[in-house]
Amino acid sequence: MTVSRLRNYLDRIRPNFEPGGKLQAFHSLYDGMATFLYTPRERSAASGGVQIHDAMDSKRTMIIVVLALMPCFLMGMYNTGYQHWLAAGATEFPFWSLMLYGFLTILPRVAVAYVVGLGIEFAVAQWRREEIQEGFLVTGILVPMICPAETPLWMMAVAVAFSVVFVKEVFGGTGYNVLNVALVARAFLFFAYPASMSGDRVWVATGRPFGFGPAVPDGFSCATPLGQIAIQTEPSAAIEGIGGGSVSLWQAFLGLIPGSFGETSTLCVLIGGVILVAAGIASWRIIVAVVAGALAMGAIAHAAATPVYPAAWLSPADQLLYGGLAFAAVFMATDPVTAARTTTGKWIYGFMIGAVAVIIRVYNNGYPEGAMLAVLLANCFAPLIDWCVVRTNIRRRLNRVKSA
Amino acid sequence: MAEKISNRKVFFNPFSKDNPVLVQILGICSVLAVTVKLAPALAMGLSVIAVLAFSNVIISILRKTIPTNIRIIVQLVVVAGLVVIVSQLLQAYAYDVSKQLSVFISLIITNCILMGRLEAFAMANRPWPSFLDGVGNGIGYTIILVSVAFFRELLGSGTLFGFRVVPQALYDAGYVDNGLMILPPMALVVVACIIWVQRSFNKDLQEK
Repeated sequence: MTVSRLRNYLDRIRPNFEPGGKLQAFHSLYDGMATFLYTPRERSAASGGVQIHDAMDSKRTMIIVVLALMPCFLMGMYNTGYQHWLAAGATEFPFWSLMLYGFLTILPRVAVAYVVGLGIEFAVAQWRREEIQEGFLVTGILVPMICPAETPLWMMAVAVAFSVVFVKEVFGGTGYNVLNVALVARAFLFFAYPASMSGDRVWVATGRPFGFGPAVPDGFSCATPLGQIAIQTEPSAAIEGIGGGSVSLWQAFLGLIPGSFGETSTLCVLIGGVILVAAGIASWRIIVAVVAGALAMGAIAHAAATPVYPAAWLSPADQLLYGGLAFAAVFMATDPVTAARTTTGKWIYGFMIGAVAVIIRVYNNGYPEGAMLAVLLANCFAPLIDWCVVRTNIRRRLNRVKSA
Repeated sequence: MAEKISNRKVFFNPFSKDNPVLVQILGICSVLAVTVKLAPALAMGLSVIAVLAFSNVIISILRKTIPTNIRIIVQLVVVAGLVVIVSQLLQAYAYDVSKQLSVFISLIITNCILMGRLEAFAMANRPWPSFLDGVGNGIGYTIILVSVAFFRELLGSGTLFGFRVVPQALYDAGYVDNGLMILPPMALVVVACIIWVQRSFNKDLQEK
């Protein structure tokens, strides 16, 4: 069996990486690869410990999250190609060419995010003489997915490095970060390089990676649906797709609209959400609460719509279809490290994200999308929410004891 | 005075070991506000040196006659008077800089470093050491201000003292100035990095 042969090989070379071995400088690399491929040999369950409840260690959790992201990723590949073909004025859309184009566009971004992020993680683990923490497995694929498909590589490298160092490592590494690492990388890009992260020139891939794909006319521009809504002058004006036609709600649901690489498709986000909830990784309460918050705030804004804030004309359900709110609800808000942990706290935390995201969208015309900022804000509040929930609980029980 | 500190230490300690920004964590607000460009940061630093040195001397001279229960008011009056003088001088001889610094020169009055030094040093020491303490702390503050402004102007605007440093070829190759460096949050991160570097070199400053 090849599988056991690999395992045997790993076990055989193991002594080289232990203290005193000739390759001990690379022990973190060895640990990282070995536990990536196989569940660790030493588990407290085997020695009678109680900390591990089942076979899920954090690496396997991460892999399920990456799997849940795959529908969005594949849809992102297709949509990137589809938008490019549209922009080039094509009338035929060969499926595999679109996929290949999307793949070639995003591949360098994913590679850069992983190389930079994992490089820093390996270096820090080596320096602190700790095991490699695997949190970056998910972050590395999330970052390219929540940015425009053609984000310049060096910008992505700078943002990932900043985020991993200042949001994760200085707080103590995976599991100790206060803010969502992938979102901070995006926020960094958004504020540091606004010309490459917002406006109407960045959302459709116009380049020809490795010389593949049809050419797009120079100076091509197309705003995202939310970007168009933010400058509308009358209610229910149609949202224009590339090439003149209007964008139907069905297209928005499928994700065939301009936007960040992996977050346009509400359908694929739903599939990913089902996987995460079924695997017990994401909290369904947070997802439901985000949706509820967005619907509630969307309804309030819709009821009080004025031409000053055109995004308020969107119906509450549309708020969920456009932009990155659905993606944020399923993949960002539910990050177990940065979310609230108490049951009541999860409801408050999720509701806050949904409501704040819509508030930013509607009442700040400068920011057509607010999901990123809403999640980061709620991340900061999560410990406070938990603290209040726990205090309230203690007080209620104390009162019960006293009155009894 | 409980222990006699040499004038040398009074003057040089605030540069690094007892830096008002890095170690006492005072005056952070103005470090965030005026460090977008080097020129205003330097002007701000010089203004603080002047105000700090002279207010220290004046309070030190008056220290035995100031009634304890209104000492803060007296200190504020002295500082405010000096700040007005500095502000008028800047407006007269460096109008552009004073416009860039706008309200922050007036806000030197509320700079924690001033009250901190007046309370902690000038009220208990003779004028000459107080003068040295004021200049020393002012320089310590200026060093941080200028180093933060150096990174923020270089990375945020690609210039130093207004002169273009990042070559045009780099921009042509796709380099873009980092807009976040212009915003206050990055000043905090830069200060944090400077503190990080300083602590890693000074073992006795590291918290357990």
